[in-house]
Amino acid sequence: MSHTLLNCGYVPLVDCAPLVIAKELGFADEEALTLNLVRQPSWSALRDMLALGHLDAAQMLSPMPVAMSIGLGGLPAQVDTLMVLSVNGTVFGVSNALAAEIGTVPFGDADALLKALSARRDRPLRIGVPFHYSMHRLLLSYWTSAAPDLRIEEVTVPPPRMADAVADGFVDAFWVGEPWGSLAVQQSVAQLMMSGRDVWQFAPEKVLAARHDWVEANEDTARRLMRAVFQASAWLDAPKNKPLAVEILGRSEHLSVSPDLIDPALTGHIVAKQNATPIAIERFLQFHKHAATFPWRSQAAWIAQQLGADAAGIAKAKACFRSDLYRKNLSGIGADMPGASEKEEGALRFETAVASTRGHMILAPDAFFDGRTFDYPQN
Amino acid sequence: MASLILDVDLVQKITNDDHMNQNLRILVVESNPERVREIVDALREAGWSDVKALAQISALDRTVKEFAPDIVLIDLANPDRDTLEHISYATETTKRAVALFVDQTDDDLTQAALNAGVSAYVVDGLKMERIKPVLQTAIARFKMMRQMQSELDAAKQALEDRKTIDRAKGILMRQRGISEEEAYNLLRKTAMGQSRKVIDVAQALMTAADLLS
Repeated sequence: MSHTLLNCGYVPLVDCAPLVIAKELGFADEEALTLNLVRQPSWSALRDMLALGHLDAAQMLSPMPVAMSIGLGGLPAQVDTLMVLSVNGTVFGVSNALAAEIGTVPFGDADALLKALSARRDRPLRIGVPFHYSMHRLLLSYWTSAAPDLRIEEVTVPPPRMADAVADGFVDAFWVGEPWGSLAVQQSVAQLMMSGRDVWQFAPEKVLAARHDWVEANEDTARRLMRAVFQASAWLDAPKNKPLAVEILGRSEHLSVSPDLIDPALTGHIVAKQNATPIAIERFLQFHKHAATFPWRSQAAWIAQQLGADAAGIAKAKACFRSDLYRKNLSGIGADMPGASEKEEGALRFETAVASTRGHMILAPDAFFDGRTFDYPQN
Repeated sequence: MASLILDVDLVQKITNDDHMNQNLRILVVESNPERVREIVDALREAGWSDVKALAQISALDRTVKEFAPDIVLIDLANPDRDTLEHISYATETTKRAVALFVDQTDDDLTQAALNAGVSAYVVDGLKMERIKPVLQTAIARFKMMRQMQSELDAAKQALEDRKTIDRAKGILMRQRGISEEEAYNLLRKTAMGQSRKVIDVAQALMTAADLLS
């Protein structure tokens, strides 16, 4: 079979790992794909290039395909989520000045942190996020909406500049993906307070996306891409492969980040402030286990609701999370398929076995910090 | 890629072409001073003198608010674009025009860009002598799209209004046992007597009828 060239956009963050591994370890090659990874300077640029057909597929923030499909922000286009690339993996941190102001709060205690931040009264908190249509921003809004007294101002800051933005006093706090949180700690300009999973324990973070019409016209290529990425994510999640994964990503021209900044996210050992002992965080960044790659339609519905979509928008959002394609394209390579494509988000407090095609599926806890659940009525 | 994206937040003053050239406020977001000079010179030569250049992202938010630019020029490769977009969300997307300047020629891409609502699409990158015609094309096309959209909105509204008036007439005909013409005359007379529009009276009647039913 001759190889198909596929242009895939990405933003250099630790969680682009499945794409880099699919290329570097030959999973794409096995599927007769030449994966051309095209680095993008911003999420807006990546979105435009995908919408305009410069890119065949792309790593996207999970709210982006939903926002585009319901016509929010920038170029509207029907964009499908083929699968989830990563779950969790973000951190919330505060400047040294703010850390001193709020006093000691145990790492990962979303409630206590919210109370401590609300107790300040002088001026609104300026909080940096990487992009308006990001899980970071949605989690931040969801979390802070529980504290009506807390006044915040969201500022978009490109992740590589987040550490500088805190150092300059441009933002008081930030919500960012790795390695940029660890970098801020390394430069001793900030302290990490919690990870994204302290607000939502199983949040879809990045997705593999493509234009709907491209997917329709290139069924076979889409299938091969999904299979290659699925294999790469399985490889990445195996504990024995972590050290090698850190090496490969550290050396990769695609990331240009030193290994010591990649290690915390991949191994789930986060250093919250300089010279502190690393904190072990289970499922800090999940690529494969617990059906992490499955595009749950209920995740899309949650995202759409947070974006303020109406019933029609939520229906569109659910349709763009292609759990149908996932089932069709990945069942042949041993992927275990859940019995349903929607679940009650936030309902699981413990690891739970659920009905699946191979009978081996255990879902991870997916509770929200406030104990609420989200169950959008199924059509 | 030596590309620029143009976000145009058009305000009421761009309603006639004579004003367009002189009054446009243009903000250039670019950290390379050499390039800033080139762009600003090209803009001045084209007759746009209300130009401000900005190198630092930290001032972007404030500058956009204070300077209130009609057009923002930013390199497609500039990571600050996400920040600029966030600031623009405060204004409606439909109020902005977008122009893309790219390096290579690609017919499919050009078509896709135009279909997606990009107002001007320029190959061969950004040549300084082309800034003026490109901006003019972008603004003209954008105005055309805006016009079409507002005509469409007006047509939709007219249809809605007619439905409301018909239903109000129906209520009057049933309640008072009068003909359609008499019902319409009654609505009109009431509207004139209160110096309101027929549609407003019809709407008030519908609301009252809903409350009483």
